[in-house]
Amino acid sequence: MKVTEKDVAYVADLANLELSADERVRMLNDLNSILDYIERLNELDTDKVAPMAQVSDRYGKDESRPGSERFAYATREDVRYGLRESLPHDVALKNAPETDGTFFVVPKVIER
Amino acid sequence: MTTAFTIESVRSAIADRTLTASALAEEFYTRIKQNDPEIGAFLTLSKERAAAKAAEIDKLAEAGNALPPLAGVPIAIKDVMVTRDVRTTAGSKILENFVPPYDSTAVARMEAAGAMVLGKLNCDEFAMGSSTENSAYHPVHNPRDKSRVPGGSSGGSAAAVAAGMAVATLGSDTGGSIRQPASFCGVVGLKPTYGRVSRYGLIAFASSLDHVGPFANTVKDAALVLRTIAGRDPMDSTSAPVPVPNYVSELETPVEGLRVGVAKEYFGEGLDPEVRTAVEAAIQKLAELGCEIVPVSLPHTEYAIPTYYIVATAEASSNLARYDGVRYGFRARNVRTLSDMYRLTRDGGFGMEVKRRIMLGTYVLSAGYYDAYYLKAQRVRTLLTRDFDEAFKKVDVIAAPTCPTPAFRLGEKVNDPLAMYLADIYTVTANLAGIPGISVPCGENREKLPIGLQLFGRHFDEATVLRVAHAYEHARR
Repeated sequence: MKVTEKDVAYVADLANLELSADERVRMLNDLNSILDYIERLNELDTDKVAPMAQVSDRYGKDESRPGSERFAYATREDVRYGLRESLPHDVALKNAPETDGTFFVVPKVIER
Repeated sequence: MTTAFTIESVRSAIADRTLTASALAEEFYTRIKQNDPEIGAFLTLSKERAAAKAAEIDKLAEAGNALPPLAGVPIAIKDVMVTRDVRTTAGSKILENFVPPYDSTAVARMEAAGAMVLGKLNCDEFAMGSSTENSAYHPVHNPRDKSRVPGGSSGGSAAAVAAGMAVATLGSDTGGSIRQPASFCGVVGLKPTYGRVSRYGLIAFASSLDHVGPFANTVKDAALVLRTIAGRDPMDSTSAPVPVPNYVSELETPVEGLRVGVAKEYFGEGLDPEVRTAVEAAIQKLAELGCEIVPVSLPHTEYAIPTYYIVATAEASSNLARYDGVRYGFRARNVRTLSDMYRLTRDGGFGMEVKRRIMLGTYVLSAGYYDAYYLKAQRVRTLLTRDFDEAFKKVDVIAAPTCPTPAFRLGEKVNDPLAMYLADIYTVTANLAGIPGISVPCGENREKLPIGLQLFGRHFDEATVLRVAHAYEHARR
């Protein structure tokens, strides 16, 4: 088995998921069978292949310009409200589980 | 008895005054009331919004003014796209009471063109799934056989069109989530080129793989919707500055002389024999229309699923980090600390499949594994895209089955995540490469279950894909 119980605990921690004991067992099995299947990517020699993060690097990009000017199509003037108005304060708080009218209220951050 | 509408038949009926938009909205809500209890396509109805749009359209019609292109067309939206003041859940409990303060660009464009939003459609939670069985609310039943799944993740969007509860719907496609349900439900579903349609307002699953696209009864309707929603949006920096052709005017151009590629990798092991027969007959029909059928090879196809499940889950783990109970959505109560709040909120609000994908994504991005998995997958993604680039030097479109099988039964694959993932084998490649793909109905099996023909095209060449699809659709009749 590649993934161990310790790995599941560590990853759950990173992902901020609590996971019950049952879920941890299921997760251990599922992750292992999926990762097992994913192993086949190692059959491919990709040493000389550039990684592709996303498709849109292929169009709109102006190769004739230097540096970040190549992505000029995706940028705009750094002006306040350049695209649109910001959400009004009260609208931004509307879906909040708990608010004091100004801030989002959460349990205390520092554990004792 | 139930009139089958198209976008054009709705618009002309309203222009002629033989129908009002308000009456049409009422008719569709009646259909939803009668049919949806057994199907489960809708999560939320937006009657006031539809009525307001109907009144607006009716006023224009009464005054004899020119009507916008989608005037009075009843549509519905997959619940992963935000709609201002109308609850949007992404099929998850973590957003059960979330009411967005803004509209997705695609929805806004549809409404600006006159369409009436009837409601929000059920889907797999956060668009993760291939059957809509991962919806945190209830599954969707395939209108063609209610013991079966409609496909996923846009199961509600496909079912609503198939059952006549909407004339067109919007869905999203990250690994096949428009095309596969279209195939299972016997309707048309289109995944445009990446960047063709703005993702602003689409609740993100995997940002480099997500696409917004239409479901409709006909290829022409899909083309009309695409024309409405496509185009550069400054709110989405990945939306492409590529002009939008008039997809509809090019639709009737004869397809004689176009080259249709057939890749052996899409006709191998695991393909249901009846699906194979139907798709091969469809390709034969294209030959009869004057297309040249050219064998091509897409040699890295077998590596698409593992590549997809690394890239998609990695991106998902990042995108779903925002659901922490702080600013919106479900929040776990009676917790001691902020850290507990995060963990219990996410644990309580997310379903098992979502947690599984977040775990896998977090794992493949974690220190020590990033190079071996994520970076490796991105390199394989380049190889997969190059396969298509090479093939499109020789052909104009590629024809393939949409899925290896027709719709499976509800409950059949829920306990085997890997088996569920493998059902995406013919669709994920187009998401990884960003090329457009359409599924059109091409027959049924012995049990009268729909089978879909898939057509892929070059980046931004939806016009050719739609032309071939349209020609095939008409030749079938």
